[in-house]
Amino acid sequence: MKKLLMATAAAALTAGTAYAGGHAKEVKLGVLFGFTGPIESLAPAMGDGAELAMEEVTKSGKLLDSATVTSVRADTGCIDNGLAVANGEKLVAEGVNGIIGGDCSGVTGAILQNVAIPNGMVMISPSATSPGLSTMEDNGLFFRTSPSDAREGQVMAEILKERGINSIALTYTNNDYGKGLADAIQSSFEEVGGEVTIVTAHEDGKGDYSAEVGALASAGGDILVVAGYLDQGGLGIIQGSLDSGAFDTFGLPGGMIGDSLPANVGADLDGSFGQIAGSDSKGAEIFAEMAKERGFDGTSAYASESYDAAALFLLAMQAANSTNPADYVGKILDVANAPGEPINPGELGKALEILAAGGDIDYQGATGVELIGPGESAGSYREIEVKDGKNETLRFR
Amino acid sequence: MDLLNALVALTNFVVVPGLAYGSQLALGALGVTLIYGILRFSNFAHGDTMAFGAMVTILITWAFQSMGISAGPLPTALLALPFGILGTIGLALLTDRTVYRFYRQQKAKPVIFVMVSLGVMFMMNGIVRFIIGPGDQRFADGERFIIKARTFKQMTGLDEGLAIKTTQGITVITAIIVVAVLFWFLNKTRTGKSMRAYSDNEDLALLSGINPERVVMYTWMIVAALATIAGVLYGLDKSFKPFTYFQLLLPIFASAIVGGLGNPIGAIAGGFIIAFSEVTITYAWKKVLTYGLPDSLAPDGLVQLLSTDYKFAVSFAILIVVLLFKPTGLFKGKAV
Repeated sequence: MKKLLMATAAAALTAGTAYAGGHAKEVKLGVLFGFTGPIESLAPAMGDGAELAMEEVTKSGKLLDSATVTSVRADTGCIDNGLAVANGEKLVAEGVNGIIGGDCSGVTGAILQNVAIPNGMVMISPSATSPGLSTMEDNGLFFRTSPSDAREGQVMAEILKERGINSIALTYTNNDYGKGLADAIQSSFEEVGGEVTIVTAHEDGKGDYSAEVGALASAGGDILVVAGYLDQGGLGIIQGSLDSGAFDTFGLPGGMIGDSLPANVGADLDGSFGQIAGSDSKGAEIFAEMAKERGFDGTSAYASESYDAAALFLLAMQAANSTNPADYVGKILDVANAPGEPINPGELGKALEILAAGGDIDYQGATGVELIGPGESAGSYREIEVKDGKNETLRFR
Repeated sequence: MDLLNALVALTNFVVVPGLAYGSQLALGALGVTLIYGILRFSNFAHGDTMAFGAMVTILITWAFQSMGISAGPLPTALLALPFGILGTIGLALLTDRTVYRFYRQQKAKPVIFVMVSLGVMFMMNGIVRFIIGPGDQRFADGERFIIKARTFKQMTGLDEGLAIKTTQGITVITAIIVVAVLFWFLNKTRTGKSMRAYSDNEDLALLSGINPERVVMYTWMIVAALATIAGVLYGLDKSFKPFTYFQLLLPIFASAIVGGLGNPIGAIAGGFIIAFSEVTITYAWKKVLTYGLPDSLAPDGLVQLLSTDYKFAVSFAILIVVLLFKPTGLFKGKAV
């Protein structure tokens, strides 16, 4: 990791001197992710994604007075609030102009409350999906390029309603993700007039789910929604329900979408449906291509969201003609949303030119960015149905 | 008709899974109780012995499958089972020779044996993960169902379906056969009688010329066989994952203790008590009651005593109550 850091820093430096033309100005962005801890396998690609956007902007030489963009990486530990806050403060002390992060929802809230708000620092998180962050008091300083799980609940409720399903039984994997998602699905579905007959948790890694399946079956419902993991308890619940004839059709949120589920369950899963975050924008392909060239996996979870977070910072600075958080914070929603010229990954130079000339842009980026409400991604989802043992995309929402 | 529906729903979601799970626990608890009765310690390595036996059986099943050998509608694993038993007996005798015998000669206290078995448990844990990996393995083949829920509905015209998996049927039948053979062995054969004598009073057994090493050896062989059968049946019915076997240790011990440690009948009864209490207390009775009661009395709520989150708490609550009021267990085992 250290070597990689050094290499990235060195690359950024040489790139800087080569292209910036006497670097008039330096823009520093903090990259505050969980490089250690539960998502340490995702964090490197996320960091690379963010730095890819910074490099692209530096190379273009069109940001402000051909400023160079430097990345300052720091660790949140994903679940370590103390470490995350300390590192957030360190970044502020080093004079960063914005913080890309945090990553996991818990530490993100802590950094926001203890570092960003007291220092007036802007944060854009690529991966914190907890619905709680939508309502947290943030003085307008917090944005995210990933959708809230609450949004997935709404999408699921829409899909259920459109398929004429009026009552569901709901089970979730017993952790923060499962619970948050289950709450979101329940409240959204009840809002559109649906009935949730039972909400029950299941533990991952157990062999026997007959008690859970029995309870779910007794409560009844048109379908069973399983907010779990496809290679864990979620699979056990579905298998048990099919075996006992309790349910024939299943609603599958993001954690249950993957090739292994239809392969393990077989033909009985046909007709089940669900949704997973994803967009049909051209940007995703372009980004994956760019990432490949730079030597990392662009399809890794939240790597593209990280690219977009970094890009939004730099575009907003250009639009405000300032690197001061208080000045550019108001421009983030402007550059992210219509009206304006749509901008894909790899077109940041063009976007900077348009902004410098006083024009408008609609940043699409790698994930089809569209920020709504309190500054979070509207979130496009792929609607999926299992047909002939395969997950097939029906359409995008 | 409604009453029939209620009965079928109850059978499908409580009785059938409870019977299968109970049989698996009973077979596991029998192994624990035999070790406790004859070798006089709580064998914590039992869950992982089950995992080891199941693993050997799975490997041989895969070999059979690739050679094209199958048992028709029955799972191939049944053919591989004897080999799995042999492998596990080998391992059990090996650990006894290399580990337990040393402490037996030292006349070590039972609590030391328990700690030693804990060490053996971690060793076996590692061996199983090293050979087959920590992931989920599937090895069930053959016909999946005896009766499918949908077929049952069409046959009877009832609203409720009844599904019986082949593995559930095999589990219960195998358990009955194994228990019958075990009791015949313990009560009728010379070796079985010498084992019981050794269990009742070690010194008297020695005086009457019973060879203790032979008794110990037979005990390990029987326990290894029981563990393998229980492990394979559990893996067939659910799925094989080393970690779930480790977790199975708790309900197995609960079964053995509730029934009375050292008492084989108690182990069987304990297995079913634990299994059924886990399923019935967390079952939502709404459906059954709606069928069974007149419309005016039909419940609105789920009529669920406890959420399924608490199903493990249930077996331990029973365990504590039994230990408080009948420390030797329901069937008079040895005092714990």
